[in-house]
Amino acid sequence: MGQSMGVATDHAHEDGHHHHKETFVTKYIFSQDHKMIAKQYLITGLIMGAIGIAMSVLMRIQLANPGEPNVIFEALLGKWAPDGIMDPNMYLALVTIHGTIMVFFVLTAGLSGTFSNFLIPLQIGARDMASGFLNMVSYWLFFISAAIMIGSLFVELGPAAAGWTIYPPLSALPEAMGGSGLGMTLWLVSMAIFIASSLLGSLNYIVTVINLRTKGMSMTRLPLTIWAFFVTAIIGVVSFPVLLSAALLLIMDRSFGTSFFLSDIYIKGEVLAHQGGSPVLFEHLFWFLGHPEVYIVLLPALGITSEIIATNSRKPIFGYRAMVASILAIAFLSTIVWGHHMFVSGMNPFLGSVFTFTTLLIAIPSAVKAFNYITTLWKGNLQMNPAMLFSIGLVSTFITGGLTGIILGDSTLDINVHDTYFVVAHFHLVMGISALYGLFAGVYHWFPKMFNRMMDKNLGYVHFWLTAIGAYGVFFPMHFIGMAGLPRRYYTNTNFPYFDDLADTNSLITYFAIATALAQLFFVYNFVKSIFYGKKAPANPWKSNTLEWTTGDKHIHGNWEGEIPTVYRWAYDYSKLNEEGDYVIPGQDYAPQHIPLQDGEEELNH
Amino acid sequence: MTAFLIIFIAALFAVSIWQISKIVKLGKAPEPDTELSEVANDKDNKRNGQMMLAFVVAMYIMMIACFIGYQDFFLPDAGSEHGAEYDNLLLLTTVVIMIVQVLTQGLLHYFSYKYHGKKGQRALFYADNDRLEFIWTAIPVVVLAGLILWGLFSWNDIMEADTDDNPIVVEVYAYQFGWKVRYSGEDNILGDANVRFIEGVNDLGIDPTDVDGKDDMVAQELHLPVNRPVLFKFRSQDVLHSAYMPHFRAQMNVVPGMVTQFKFTPTVTSEDYKSTEYMTEKVRKINEIRRQKSKELIDDGEVPLDPYEFEYYLLCNKICGESHYNMQIKIVVESDEDYQNWLDTQTTFEETLANAEN
Repeated sequence: MGQSMGVATDHAHEDGHHHHKETFVTKYIFSQDHKMIAKQYLITGLIMGAIGIAMSVLMRIQLANPGEPNVIFEALLGKWAPDGIMDPNMYLALVTIHGTIMVFFVLTAGLSGTFSNFLIPLQIGARDMASGFLNMVSYWLFFISAAIMIGSLFVELGPAAAGWTIYPPLSALPEAMGGSGLGMTLWLVSMAIFIASSLLGSLNYIVTVINLRTKGMSMTRLPLTIWAFFVTAIIGVVSFPVLLSAALLLIMDRSFGTSFFLSDIYIKGEVLAHQGGSPVLFEHLFWFLGHPEVYIVLLPALGITSEIIATNSRKPIFGYRAMVASILAIAFLSTIVWGHHMFVSGMNPFLGSVFTFTTLLIAIPSAVKAFNYITTLWKGNLQMNPAMLFSIGLVSTFITGGLTGIILGDSTLDINVHDTYFVVAHFHLVMGISALYGLFAGVYHWFPKMFNRMMDKNLGYVHFWLTAIGAYGVFFPMHFIGMAGLPRRYYTNTNFPYFDDLADTNSLITYFAIATALAQLFFVYNFVKSIFYGKKAPANPWKSNTLEWTTGDKHIHGNWEGEIPTVYRWAYDYSKLNEEGDYVIPGQDYAPQHIPLQDGEEELNH
Repeated sequence: MTAFLIIFIAALFAVSIWQISKIVKLGKAPEPDTELSEVANDKDNKRNGQMMLAFVVAMYIMMIACFIGYQDFFLPDAGSEHGAEYDNLLLLTTVVIMIVQVLTQGLLHYFSYKYHGKKGQRALFYADNDRLEFIWTAIPVVVLAGLILWGLFSWNDIMEADTDDNPIVVEVYAYQFGWKVRYSGEDNILGDANVRFIEGVNDLGIDPTDVDGKDDMVAQELHLPVNRPVLFKFRSQDVLHSAYMPHFRAQMNVVPGMVTQFKFTPTVTSEDYKSTEYMTEKVRKINEIRRQKSKELIDDGEVPLDPYEFEYYLLCNKICGESHYNMQIKIVVESDEDYQNWLDTQTTFEETLANAEN
């Protein structure tokens, strides 16, 4: 196999890093090792994901058989499903908590938390994060916020139910709906803690990438994964505090009688004292985070995909500089497009024009990325590992979902599809499914590094193909019921006979949703089984160039037993030829980053 | 058609499961148990490459099937003046999107098949091509610029809520969970209103001291004369709602504490809209479904469903609480004469107050 490993295995236990005695608690629970923290994020995220997906299945069952009793509801929802018929408030609660869990707890913390933590130190050649302690605090804050969010499901009047966007006044007034009582308080507390966790994590990632790169690892030699994580962290630091301020102001409106978002309200036979606030202000604050959040979710997935597609194509990623520029452009533009969620919010239509313009601008770097992925596949030697399949799947759903964004981002066209199932289909494909594919791709690819064992590839294939078919089966037809003007967040559509002919399609979508959810069990089984019984992983199973594969199989706090490797090249020297037309390292089609330039090899200027 | 689609998709699903089981078998069969046995080998590459090709073909078929099978899901021609413009822009954008979709998905999956890994196959070291990248940056720029420009011109036209053409001013009032309509009466000016005036019969909070409000009329249905511009003023008494009138391509959020607006001109009366070929066919289909369902209901000893007749509607499209899913009001577009006759039957705010006192 001509493995060029060199660095780690030859050296015995060298110093430069001292080993402290680890107890069970410091190793597995309050660990400060980024690798362990990453695994904690991953497993917490996957559990939250299972809950979130289960909720979506409950919603789908309700939509397929509106108002009909179901034993599953009776068993799972208890008093919220008297005689097995789901309560409308519970439907809205499911909508809300499903969205919250999937967006924040799975795709932000589960994806970025896992892979930023795991890969940043390993791929830039650092012993750990800049602050292992803050990193640990970040995870445990995340854990607490997750526990509070789950806990809120059990309060008497129900969990928050105003949609994951929690627009006031609905979210501010317990009179308006039961879920806006204690449930919403817990939601806000949970999110405030989550934001603190996210900020600690992000600051750590930024400092680590800037300061702790190993010798030779210039910014232009960083793998695209790191670029993506780095920029994601910056977006998080810029936008999450704004959500925190929105949450704080909302808490004040709810509990301390202020009127930031409330004005002129008559509810349950009484006029409220609130005067002068504006719900539209909340929408601005919320979406100032809410839109960048889409990219916080998506960029890490795209970074992971870049790495996996290059490795498995045995080709350099096409247009490295363009990819970096796209990431930066997307990051910048993502903070000035939030208004496209608010075209019909009542804000000044002129603002709508501005946001249409910026929104459609963001399609350009996105298109560049998609084309570059496709070109990377061209004339490659594609190794169809499960991670590669999920990466190709990501590009596919990213295109399908992204294209409909051109309709939604156009203020004129948004008028009639706003808040319909068309939107639901769009964002599930472009950010939900795509980011989940990124998560799965990352797990399949770095599982050997995380657990020193291989996942079963055949189960991986089954998982991918069932998910790929199911995801399109769910979300492609959904565009069409949206085009019919079917509003989202409706408990049932039976009050509008006009929608009667959509019922079959809704059932069809539900069947696909259930099948796809069940297909995830292949992953769960594979994941758990492989941790304990998987085949022992070779040092560099995918023959990858990045530094994480040079550590050897001992998991020590500090990553490399000996010296940290020095970097001599970028991460994408796959199938590179020397002047004689042979691979630069004879017999192997890749040249890892820590291998110095060979005779007769030119370094390309990237 | 839907039944056919379901069967078709189920068949595809079955085929894929069968294929997958084959992969699993093939993957397991002769291979020696080496260190790398969980890394894709040539057989996996080939098999999955073929699956990619099959997948994109199935995807094309699905897309075509959806566009054909679901064509009557698309909303019928708009019943408003700006709606035609909207529909044209939507059509153009959809065509552009679908062209890009078909091309890129085709390339993505075809390359995945064509270049699946083989032992000894050499990948091309191809890291950059400025010209290529320039081209595919420029193409989206040009296409999007076109779409943006058209979109922005339409947007400005649609959102321009001036009163030069003497529109009828109508207030649409939202509450948990229903709508009311306030007509501005002969003066065409809505009287001042605030939730703090809500009392007794004055459930929209019209200022009783404002003379402009005396001739206002509150109604439970939204009647509009055909071919006259209408300026809607939206007001909510409690939480956010959204007034969505899909057949007029009109939507605006209803925000407590402020008045939002939208202006459009209805161009097709309810009667004419009902009798279009599209709508008669759609209603026939819906009634077929309802008859089927009613049969089942009667068998279960329950009340059958009423047959359906199309009416324009306005529905709530912003999550607003428990009964969000049933917050609607009927819209009637009629001739100017019918509209005036209907309006004459409504009571003015002044009369309402007087009646309440008696």
